[in-house]
Parts: sequence; structure tokens; C-alpha cells
Amino acid sequence: MTGQTIIQTKDIRKIYGMGEISVAALDGVSIAIQEGEFVAVMGPSGSGKSTLMNILGCLDRPTEGRYILDGEDVSDLNKTELAAIRSRQIGFVFQSYNLLSRTTALDNAKLPLIYHRDNKRSPEEKENTARKKLESVGLGDRIYHQPHELSGGEQQRVAIARALVNDPVLILADEPTGNLDTRSGEEIMNLLHELHEDGRTIVMVTHDHEIAGHTQRTIHLRDGKVEKVIENGDGEGSSPRAEKEQST
Amino acid sequence: MTFTEFLRVAWESIYRNKTRSLLTMLGIIIGVAAVIIMIAISAGTEAAIEDEITGLGSNLVYVSSSFSRGGPGMRSSGGLVYDDAFAIADDVNGVEAVVVEQSSSETVKVVNVTLDGVTIVGSTADFPSVRDMEIDTGRYFNDQEVDRTQKIAVLGYSLAQELFGDEDPVGQVVTVDGTKLTVIGVFSGRGLVSGVDFDSQLYTPITVVFQKFAPSQFARFMGDRVRVISVEIESPEVMESTIQQIELLLAKRHDVSLEAADFSVTTQQDIIKTQEATTAAFRNLLGWVAGVSLIVGGIGIMNIMLVSVTERTREIGIRQSVGATPNDIRWQFLTEALLLSLVGGLIGILAGIGGSWVFGTVSEMRTVIIPSSILLAFTSAAVVGAFFGFYPANKAAQLDPIEALRHE
Repeated sequence: MTGQTIIQTKDIRKIYGMGEISVAALDGVSIAIQEGEFVAVMGPSGSGKSTLMNILGCLDRPTEGRYILDGEDVSDLNKTELAAIRSRQIGFVFQSYNLLSRTTALDNAKLPLIYHRDNKRSPEEKENTARKKLESVGLGDRIYHQPHELSGGEQQRVAIARALVNDPVLILADEPTGNLDTRSGEEIMNLLHELHEDGRTIVMVTHDHEIAGHTQRTIHLRDGKVEKVIENGDGEGSSPRAEKEQST
Repeated sequence: MTFTEFLRVAWESIYRNKTRSLLTMLGIIIGVAAVIIMIAISAGTEAAIEDEITGLGSNLVYVSSSFSRGGPGMRSSGGLVYDDAFAIADDVNGVEAVVVEQSSSETVKVVNVTLDGVTIVGSTADFPSVRDMEIDTGRYFNDQEVDRTQKIAVLGYSLAQELFGDEDPVGQVVTVDGTKLTVIGVFSGRGLVSGVDFDSQLYTPITVVFQKFAPSQFARFMGDRVRVISVEIESPEVMESTIQQIELLLAKRHDVSLEAADFSVTTQQDIIKTQEATTAAFRNLLGWVAGVSLIVGGIGIMNIMLVSVTERTREIGIRQSVGATPNDIRWQFLTEALLLSLVGGLIGILAGIGGSWVFGTVSEMRTVIIPSSILLAFTSAAVVGAFFGFYPANKAAQLDPIEALRHE
């Protein structure tokens, strides 16, 4: 299952402000995530989770340090280049779904394809791709529904279909079950586990220890640093198998 | 992202917010319609003026009094007198007819009707032919009657109806400022020409006007003064030589040099040119007004686009997160602004054409739709859209994706 390294960060720092009043949201984070891994990121608020996710998702750049995504150093790319990386390599799943309102599930799932520069697929092919992804997340009969006509769980599944439509090397999920009831949350987690079994690389931020415990590894952040990394086993196991303190 | 996709996204956004889009376009619609209607009105006015001037009679030359350039110390020379008209008729070659007019405003009475402020036009026998007027009933007066100061009158069509209703006015007597005039004819309707209602006037020999309504104490020594002598020239070919003859003759009669003449000769052409200059100035003014309204419309578009960018910040963030580049976002909003102004422009063109038609039908104004005005209005709408769309589009493009996604 484990192949090449998808994510490698080398001593990443993100500093906001200047001089005396500057604050380091990330203060030297070095992590490596292999292809096919399912990793959870945990930490109290202010620990730098969001900042790390933004940098991993190429929405932001580190102030210092290197970030190598799928073998490419993306630390110094400009806005347009970062957008291209997001388009090709990354699929986002947000806590609040972030679907376009008054837009059908199909058009939402298709959205990344219209910004994709490298393929010359016809509109019909794009639509078919989006349709297949929606079917694969179990929404084949809902493709012409708009977000407000769908339940929270269904909306999140549209978001997952959208994240998958470009076949990204990395899926970033930011508290994907945070807005959902327990049952819908479980459904979404099952879906993510299925994706993991299909070989997708997934990094997920969560507050829920139980959900984190079902992933392979949990990275705990505190004050902008990696506090500890806990190996949870194969991700299907019920209890953490090993715990390893990592000096930071 | 391809151009068709930009168009589709822009169109969907416009279509989804129908009311707001329509309100946004309103400025452009009004601006474009205003340009077309105003140009149509001024073009119509121009055409109407040209028609009216031709309607005054063809090959007309107006000789009018002007102040001599002699300076304040000198006796201001007399200007035109009644006899000048006969001199022109007798001594100048190429003259078809000569008419002198002297007007006065008087009270006109018949047995049971009194009208105040009726224009009494004193003229000579050639008046109907020079002014293109036709007699409806009865006849016009002749040279002998003018010479003998006959107390007779010819009525304009609507004046005759006001005074006598359905009765035949010919042979009846009207009292003008105490002088009794016998009606010998009625003109057929002519309507408004150059702002003068020929139908509401009363026509009488000019000698009657001199004697009864506008007497001059100098007439005995200098002859009766007139302001304008209208001369009908036989054909356009002899126009120039005829004008020269008239100028030489009058200069000699008035004992002035041509440089210091106390009269001036104006042709129909001169009048058309003056009118054209006036309407051109009028049209330019209207054009500026319409242009300003287009700019105001553009500012409206910019306003709404700025609101729209703020409102859709989250949408922009979503698009950025799935791979939209700053340029993608910029083009999306620019396309939307352009589409808004072009659709507004199209609606404005329809409104302008419709409005011009309504104006032309309902009011007395004549309108002529100039095709180039449509093109002008449409391109200005496009330029305005692009210009005022650029700033909001740029603002959208520069949004930070993280902040945009966090936006509520």
C-alpha cells in the first residue's frame, strides 16, 4: 500500500505579522505522508491545524521551510501556479461542504473540471465524469438536486464527489463530519475509508478522538509544533496499537 | 476555462439574479435608449426644418434691413422701403416675383366674435405664389387693389372658421381696429411652417397696413419702411447674378457702398445652413447628456458588481479552492459585467427604437432613427461595461482564497 511520499514538509514555519508582534502559527513542522495513507491531524484550537491544512492544500505558502507535494517543491509558487496545483493534485472536503448554492449537484461536482487546464475533455465527457463520481458516492438519483434540497450528509457526499473528480493525489478533509449528526457522520467516514481502501491518500483534521483512532496515524499539533504522532494501526483497528512520542 | 464556459457561468449568474440584473442594466438601458431617441429626435427636427424651409417656397431670396455701418455720428440710413420692392421687380433680371410683408397685431371683430392679437399680414399680390399658399374659396387681391389701398381681406383657414363657423365668409365684413375690411377669399389649410401658423392670420394689402395699422410719420418723406422683401428667383442658375443685381440696385438707391450696406441678402441655403448649425449644436448637447447617462449607467454596473463580489466572496473562495486562477476569476466577473451591459445595450436599443416610434406617433415631434446611432450606443455600452467592470473583477481576482472561504 505504501508507495512514494506524497507530502513532505521540512521545518515549515508560518509567521503572521512583523517584528515584535509577529506570531508563529507554525513553528517548524516536519511531517511525511506516504501514498495511500489515511492520517488524522488533531490539536486544540490555535495549535496551527488550519494553517497547516491551508499550506498542505496549497491555499497558502509557508514563510520558511519547504513543502514538497508529490515530488514537486511548491513552497515558492505564485497564486496562479498554486491554483494549477490545487486543480491537479488536491481535493478538498470542508466542514461546511462549501457547495455553490443554487447550483445542481452535477454542476457542483463538475466545477473542478472547468478549471482544469491539462485535459481537453469535451463538455459531455466532463459531465459524464462528474455523474460517475456522484454515482460512486451513492447520489446517482440526486444529480439535478440543488444543495438546499439535499441533507447535510448528501451535501457532504457531493463535496466528496467534487474532491474526487480530478483524480487528485491528495484529499484534504477539514472536519468533514463536524456539521453532521452521528449517523450521517458515520456514513461519510465509511465513504472516506472506502476511498482509503481504494488507495487514496487522505489527510483529515478532526476533534473526535474516536474518528481519529480509525485512521492509520494521528498527528497531534500544539503551539505550532508537532507534539506527538500516534500510530493507530491499519486504520480499521479499534484501539491504538502503538504510541510513540516524538521529540519536537 | 474556455470562453463558452465563462459566458455560461456569467449568464447563469445574471439569470439567477434576474431582478438585480435588470436593475443593474437599467442605467445602461436608459443611456442607450436616450442616445438613440435623442439622435432620432434631432435628426427628425433637422429633416422637419429642411422640409419647412423648402415649403416656404423654392428659390427664395430674402432682402432685409440691417443697420448701416456708418457709426454713431452718422444718420442711420433708412433701410428698406416699400418702393425698393417695385424697383427690384422692375429693374432686376431673373426675378419671378417680389413680395413685401408688414405685419401688425390687432383685434378682429365680426358681429358676435371678437379675437385679440390676430396677426394682420400686409402683403402684395404675389404673396400666394411666393409663399406656396392656395386659395380655398374666393380670390386673393391684385396689384391694383394694393395700389388703391382697398379695404379688403383674405382669411387664413382656421381664422375663417373661428370668425364665421360654417358660414361663407366671402362678402362678409370684419372690423380690424375700427377699420372695416370686406372678406374676398379664404386660404386652404397650410399648418405650421417654421413656427408660424399661416392659418390663423388675416391677409390684407400692405398699403392698408401702412395707412391704418402701422403708420409712420416719416413715410411722407422717406417712403414706408419694410423689414423684409422676399424675392422669388426664376431659376437656381441665375441666383447669383440676380443677387448681385439686387445688391447693386439697392446700394445705388440708398446711396451707400456695398461694404456699408443698410440691407442684407439671405438665400434659402443660408437659412438652412444656420438651422443645420443650430440643430447640430442641439444634437451634440443631447449626445453629451445621453453620454453622461451612459457613464452613470456604467457606475451603476460597477456598484452592483462590487456588491456582487462581496456577496459572492465565498463562491469565489470555493472556485479558487478547486483550481480557479486569479485570471479565471477576473474573466468571470469581467464577462459578467460585459454581458450585463451588452444585454442592457440590446434592451436599450429596442427601447430606443420603440421610444422613438412612440415619440414620433404621440407628439408632434418627428423622429428619424439613424442606424449609426444604434451602433454608437451599443459600442459605448460595451466600452462602459468593460471599463467599469474591470475594477470589481480585479478586486475579485485578488481575493485571498483562505479568507474568501472563511467569509460568511
